[in-house]
Amino acid sequence: MTVFAFYLFALSAIAGGLLTVISRQPVHSVLWLILAFISSAGLFVLLGAEFVAMLLVIVYVGAVAVLFLFVVMMLDVDFAELKAEMARYMPLALLIGVVILMQFVMAYGAWESAPAAADQLAQPIPDDRHNSEALGLIIYDQYFLLFQLSGLILLVAMIGAIVLTLRHRQDVKRQDVVAQMMRDPAAAMELKDVKPGQGL
Amino acid sequence: MIPADLTVILPEIVLALSSMAALLVAVYTRKDLLAPALVWGMAALMLILAIWIGTSGGASRQAFNGMFIDDGFARFAKVAILLSAAAVLVMGQEYMQRRNMLRFEYPILVALSAVGMMVMVSAGNLMSLYMGLELQSLALYVVASLRRDSLKSTEAGLKYFVLGALSSGLLLYGASLVYGFAGTTDFAGIYAVAQHGEVSLGLLFGLVFVISGLAFKISAVPFHMWTPDVYEGAPTPVTAFFASAPKVAAMGLFARVMHDAFGAAVQDWSQIVALLSLLSMFFGAIAAIGQRDIKRLMAYSSIAHMGYALMGLAAGTAYGVQALLVYMAIYVSMNIGTFAFILMLEKDGKPVTDISALNLYARREPGKAAAMLILLFSLAGVPPMLGFFGKIYVLTAAYEAGLVWLVVSGVIAAVIGAFYYLRIVYYIYFGEEGEELDSNRSPVLWGFLMASAAVMLLGIINMFGLEGAAAAAAATLVN
Repeated sequence: MTVFAFYLFALSAIAGGLLTVISRQPVHSVLWLILAFISSAGLFVLLGAEFVAMLLVIVYVGAVAVLFLFVVMMLDVDFAELKAEMARYMPLALLIGVVILMQFVMAYGAWESAPAAADQLAQPIPDDRHNSEALGLIIYDQYFLLFQLSGLILLVAMIGAIVLTLRHRQDVKRQDVVAQMMRDPAAAMELKDVKPGQGL
Repeated sequence: MIPADLTVILPEIVLALSSMAALLVAVYTRKDLLAPALVWGMAALMLILAIWIGTSGGASRQAFNGMFIDDGFARFAKVAILLSAAAVLVMGQEYMQRRNMLRFEYPILVALSAVGMMVMVSAGNLMSLYMGLELQSLALYVVASLRRDSLKSTEAGLKYFVLGALSSGLLLYGASLVYGFAGTTDFAGIYAVAQHGEVSLGLLFGLVFVISGLAFKISAVPFHMWTPDVYEGAPTPVTAFFASAPKVAAMGLFARVMHDAFGAAVQDWSQIVALLSLLSMFFGAIAAIGQRDIKRLMAYSSIAHMGYALMGLAAGTAYGVQALLVYMAIYVSMNIGTFAFILMLEKDGKPVTDISALNLYARREPGKAAAMLILLFSLAGVPPMLGFFGKIYVLTAAYEAGLVWLVVSGVIAAVIGAFYYLRIVYYIYFGEEGEELDSNRSPVLWGFLMASAAVMLLGIINMFGLEGAAAAAAATLVN
């Protein structure tokens, strides 16, 4: 049963990846990409990494793929032209692809892990803990440095996005919080007593 | 456990925290008006950290379960990284300010990328290697396209980003194959596994991918395509930065991975590295001949120089690593002077990069022309200058390791490469009468140019003790 599930997920992941690349409609490409993500999530479940599987679905399918959809729809890119460009290089690309594929087949055909590999597996999944608990224990303890470094990387990404895109426009009205709070009714409002039938 | 670990990475923490503090201060106060002060402040901080790391000494220390290694090799590389980053920051300040490019994020991004570089040369695990590399590269992608209204600058940033992401992918794929084979991402663990018996096909496969990813970062042929375009498109101070600190970091990382993780498979990677070295030396020398733009020319020059540095690594010995470190230190100090010169070239306030604009430069500025002459001779490897001794060092290392064919081709490539350096000398001293360039009197740039030229001349006495330091550093890496 597990073997059957593995091949099902693996094949659909590969098919999803392939169709992402070759489908004509960019929106279809994104949909196939979602299939590839979900199949990979299935593979993670088979490995016993439920938490990572759920993250993959939530983050990649829920956020990244939807973002891609927006980008594809908002950007005015002539995909037909890009495809025509791609078709020109197709024969050479196919040749190189096939050669690399053959090399991979040869490499994986003779694949074997080192005899000592099983003993020093970095983090075998513990039996007595939940996935998320076990992940938390190593991320905040053993991989503390990496965790902080990834925070720094995200900070750089944020600074970069602001540096490259933020432009201060003079003609835009901005919110001035202090001015808003300092407003008082006496200065902002004028009360008029309107007599019936006379108007102002 | 954590407090003891934190003391090991204290310099990195100081640099990272101060850049974050600088970011907060700048955002909430005067923004870009603070930028010149931030540039000088960051440069001063890097200088202090370099002195601190340089004088700390002591035995090799490990932190975070071997994720981070603080040994002589890492300290040598960190001093070189911090000093060159500080020099480049200071050099570019006036240039960028006059062209309205100096934004307060620039020194902060440079400092954060320096943190990444420091992690890179100290990495003891494939994962911390990747984290340092990404932190460094991401900041570099942004500073490459800092002049966002210029098509060339944004093109440079985008090209660098897309190809950089591809190379990170290659590196990660290689790392996953190595992990699949060894069952650990720890360098010491990989070393131990690779020691037993014959090196397996799986490890070799992963090794090739890891080398490809790293070769991209040091722009070794055939992974060099991005270099000329990025060097040309990025603002000149940023180009100067690209040609200095990141190269030292990537080279340090390369040597660290090869010796710490794959030290048991020297024969296997040595031939790959030797091939990269050979191709880079020849390609850098030949492709630069047709270049008219001095920034593109420096890009090809850096490709060729990386070829020579790789020759030291290809030797696979401690002496080879020593030669690599000496070569990188000399290369960086030459490049800083050369870029100080390039930053001074302008006409009507606009930067000039065409080398034919240098016609008869020596008549108007004999002092600067003489300094540039020394630097160009040194870059070419003409005997009395320090650059020659750097080349001799790597050639000796390769010769002692039995790579005679590589030594012979290195000498031939150096002769070919000398042509385009000497052509600039020709323009400066004997060119045709042409339009005059503005005379730039920036004392900072002048100082860096003269200091760098003086180093190239005076260094031949004892290399300022560089040899001993490099030998001690190499001994901690290879044993």
